[in-house]
Amino acid sequence: MSDHMKLYEVFLRSKRGLDHKHVGSLHAEDAQQALEYARDVYTRRSEGVSIWVVNSSDIVASQEDDCESFYDPHDDKPYRHATHYQLPDEVNNM
Amino acid sequence: MTDNNAKEIIKQYAIRLGDDALVQGHRLSEWCRNGPFLEEDLALTNVALDFIGRARMFYSYAADIDGGDYSEDSYAYQRDCRDFTNLLIHELPGGDFAFTMARQYLMDEYSLMFMERLCDSSDETLAAVAAKSVKESRYHLRRSRDWMLRLGDGTQESHKRLQKALGDLWGYMPEVFELDDLEQGLADQGIAVDSAALKGGWEKAVRATFSEATIDVPADDWSVRGGRQGMHTEYLGHMLSDLQFVQRAYPGQEW
Repeated sequence: MSDHMKLYEVFLRSKRGLDHKHVGSLHAEDAQQALEYARDVYTRRSEGVSIWVVNSSDIVASQEDDCESFYDPHDDKPYRHATHYQLPDEVNNM
Repeated sequence: MTDNNAKEIIKQYAIRLGDDALVQGHRLSEWCRNGPFLEEDLALTNVALDFIGRARMFYSYAADIDGGDYSEDSYAYQRDCRDFTNLLIHELPGGDFAFTMARQYLMDEYSLMFMERLCDSSDETLAAVAAKSVKESRYHLRRSRDWMLRLGDGTQESHKRLQKALGDLWGYMPEVFELDDLEQGLADQGIAVDSAALKGGWEKAVRATFSEATIDVPADDWSVRGGRQGMHTEYLGHMLSDLQFVQRAYPGQEW
């Protein structure tokens, strides 16, 4: 049956105020069923308060071949990092 | 009626509801690792665990009333077939996936209405168990109703199997809406649910789903009953021999 079913990516928000995070994928016939299976497969231990499911085929992903042109040019530009600023102690979690 | 008598009757009612939940949960648990695909396997097992949790709550209440050495396990593991008072429909073997989902749908539709009413029980413990169960039942129904539509309005094969399953189950439904003296007495006191009063609403909901799922309503030409009196089908004994094996072989064993 899985042969005919679509693949969905599952994103969970673990609590209010946090971002949805990718937790895995699953097979389902349609988006509604994917949402229910995401509930059953990924939230059985109270991992989430909100679920997104996305058709895996709708995700456009960067390719391994692009690594050189995509990421290498950033390696010699340390001034783009905020490491040269003195942060006041009151600022946490930067 | 003395207080002790009244409690004894409530206990019997709690055991009935516990038996329904345990037998239903066990049948669903038999799908564990046999589900049609991984996601559905996990989903079915989740539902099974909801029912086993429900059985534990009802049995614990019965054990509180019985007192002494009684625990929830006493009812699950140390009673024989004739002592079980579940409705017959729950003990039927799981059959194919269509049969399991058809039974689940018929009973989820009922359970949700039943638990909504039981929330208003004048017995606080029963009402508390019901309040927890209502949320679970809402999800169970969402799932099983969805499967009715998928199977009924799916392929020729799935439609045929679902239609046959409903025909094989239909005669077990009248028992669900019948009250014996014990339940009628408790219902009159506002403790038990008057399940006969749920029949109209249930039929309406089920017919609406059937029509959407392109399923014909099965004929009302047969019915069986007896579960509440301990008169069971041949299947319950086999199921219990599986469910109770460890406690029968090693009485009192813990792990």
